Amino acid sequence: MNQSPSLVSLKDVDFSYAPGERTILSGLNMEFPRGKVVAVMGGSGCGKTTVLRLIGGQVSAQKGQVLFDAQDVGTMNAQALMAIRRRMGMLFQFGALFTDMSVFENVAFPLREHTHLSEEVLRDLVLMKLNAVGLRGARDLMPSQISGGMARRVALARAIALDPPLIMYDEPFAGLDPISLGITARLIKDMNQALGATSILVTHDIPETFEIADYVYFIANGKIAAEGTPSDLAASADPFVKQFVSANPDGPVPFHYPGASLTEDFGGRV
Amino acid sequence: MNLVINTLAGLGAFVRGNLTGLGYATRMFLTVMRRSAALLKRIRLVTDQVHFVGNYSFVIIAVSGLFVGFVLGLQGYYTLNRYGSEQALGLLVALSLTRELGPVVTALLFAGRAGTSLTAEIGLMKAGEQLSAMEMMAVDPLTRVIAPRLWAGIIAMPVLAAIFSAVGIMGGYLVGVPLIGVDDGAFWSQMQAGVDVMKDIGNGVVKSMVFGVAVTFIALYQGYEAKPTPEGVARATTRTVVIASLAVLALDFLLTAVMFSN
Repeated sequence: MNQSPSLVSLKDVDFSYAPGERTILSGLNMEFPRGKVVAVMGGSGCGKTTVLRLIGGQVSAQKGQVLFDAQDVGTMNAQALMAIRRRMGMLFQFGALFTDMSVFENVAFPLREHTHLSEEVLRDLVLMKLNAVGLRGARDLMPSQISGGMARRVALARAIALDPPLIMYDEPFAGLDPISLGITARLIKDMNQALGATSILVTHDIPETFEIADYVYFIANGKIAAEGTPSDLAASADPFVKQFVSANPDGPVPFHYPGASLTEDFGGRV
Repeated sequence: MNLVINTLAGLGAFVRGNLTGLGYATRMFLTVMRRSAALLKRIRLVTDQVHFVGNYSFVIIAVSGLFVGFVLGLQGYYTLNRYGSEQALGLLVALSLTRELGPVVTALLFAGRAGTSLTAEIGLMKAGEQLSAMEMMAVDPLTRVIAPRLWAGIIAMPVLAAIFSAVGIMGGYLVGVPLIGVDDGAFWSQMQAGVDVMKDIGNGVVKSMVFGVAVTFIALYQGYEAKPTPEGVARATTRTVVIASLAVLALDFLLTAVMFSN
């Protein structure tokens, strides 16, 4: 059977959280090829995380299709959805570790829920996953005893516990110190290569993303504003891409929130 | 005219909002009940929670029971003494506790102690995306998180109410017999003769199980539906105490009317 080159595809997707509310995504088309790291970038509130929620089936598109391995996620029943979620790993923005469980138990959680492994095998697997993120020694600590960067790494170990073919990262670099940031970026690339997984990286952190991503989508106003390889985008003359890549405060994305003009507010005084 | 229309619209929105909430809560309750069968294979999830919510409330319930027993002993003696029937003090204390005060006061204290804690726990799990993370790991939070806590409340409440009543009776005894001087034998024998196991104790246990369902589900629902912000969790915690307390008192009236009518 011919396998589609993309593990995940979004086809002409429209989405808003409630009928009549602001349209978050409109006519969105995206492809996430197997084995690649694809970044979805854009300003805060542009709908990046919504893309992940659509792929995970936590929300449904009003129009269009969200395909995971050629199956439409939006039309699945609860049982089918649970089945495909076992083939997805997701790293949440701040890790979303279970605060009442130790680091070890957090990583063991998906294995305990979905497999019937003996305690010895489970222990070895969990320690291997923790070793991959450099935290084998922190197995007995509670989430409240570890730093934000470490929590992100534990969450990564948990996300890959079942060796999923798709790993989604929601703002994995937010709020990390430079060392943790570099470690996280390297781990994402390493995991992608070691597991042969497809990775979707939702972020607005340019340098790390351009270093590890194979392909980048820029979203603005619910549509694809630009797309290409990191090197294409770094050399792009597109004003939006230039503003975003150079972190300029003003440009196609205005510095000032729309409102009354200066003259209207201050008269002739300014 | 506009004022009338706005008032009517506001009233309509209020009623509709509450009905929607009630319908949603009922659907969630039925879903949790339906999925509870899965817990039979993992009974440890429930026993852990029974230990958790029971321990939370044990001290406050035992101490409150003792003081309520003291007060019942004193007030009961003052009243019965007027009619020369102070030997019935044991019966009065036991019936008051097993039929009414045990289940009701335990449920109110449980709402304030364990209920708020459950709401805050679930609300913070939601705010910290732990429930979303669970869903994305193909684990249903209603089965894994909500159902064990609900059953823990249903199991823990009658046990706590029994502890409340037992400690209360001891409190009534301490005040009535050694302190005031009511006859020891009369205190216990009247109680033994007048308290019916099925009608009094049994109905009290049924009451506390119903309160267990109501208080625990209200606490869990409020946490599950809380806005995932610190302010949202704080508001949900307050709502738990208010709604659960009113529900306990209203249910108590209905249950008493059904159980103890002739």
